[in-house]
Amino acid sequence: MKVKILYLASLREQLGKSGEDVEISPATSTVAGLRTLLMARGGAWQTALAQGKVLRVAVNQEMAQPTTRVNPGDEIAFFPPVTGG
Amino acid sequence: MPVRIQTKDFDAGAEIAALRRDNAKVGAVASFIGVCRDANDGDAVTKMTLEHYPGMTERALEKIASEAKHRWDVMDVLVIHRVGELKPTDQIVLVVVAGAHRGEAFAACEFIMDYLKTRAPFWKKEETPQGARWVEARVSDDEAAQRWEPPKSSAA
Repeated sequence: MKVKILYLASLREQLGKSGEDVEISPATSTVAGLRTLLMARGGAWQTALAQGKVLRVAVNQEMAQPTTRVNPGDEIAFFPPVTGG
Repeated sequence: MPVRIQTKDFDAGAEIAALRRDNAKVGAVASFIGVCRDANDGDAVTKMTLEHYPGMTERALEKIASEAKHRWDVMDVLVIHRVGELKPTDQIVLVVVAGAHRGEAFAACEFIMDYLKTRAPFWKKEETPQGARWVEARVSDDEAAQRWEPPKSSAA
């Protein structure tokens, strides 16, 4: 299935990419699964998405948890903790 | 529209006047303005760039505003947040809450800011003499937001 991924703020700079469409297997059906898949690319991906890094993830523009399910066509955004206001 | 994201500045006086215009039920208006400072974490800040996640930002702020109206007895809420390049002394954010009484208006205004700081997708990048850096989220902001949980009854 295909999903749209966005990388925002410092994460976009670390990964050198603002987003991409990715084809994933149905087995990668959660936010945590997707993060693991991206980390497996190694290099900056491994470092920026490492489990020790505090990251936030939104699925279809709603804050999500590692266990949140990912469905075909979803927009999944990875970003650092927010600092507005 | 109770939520606006914009690059241009805002006029708090005009916004407050518009929010409570002709509403004789309003007895209290609480407001907060966040301003860009010239220093952070011991370094001079010459400029700041505010990035956001278009679409999600509006949804997140609307959700926070609507939760505030649900939890406190207030009539109107307005949130304006600027994005783009800002410099010290520039206004960043405006929150206005209009209600019958000050207690509810103050609380709702503080709640909106605490939730905005931890849940609305904005990020600040600041320019310092040592170069540009992303502002780190503060634990104190998370603690401030946690004060409001579990949800308070709106029957106060």
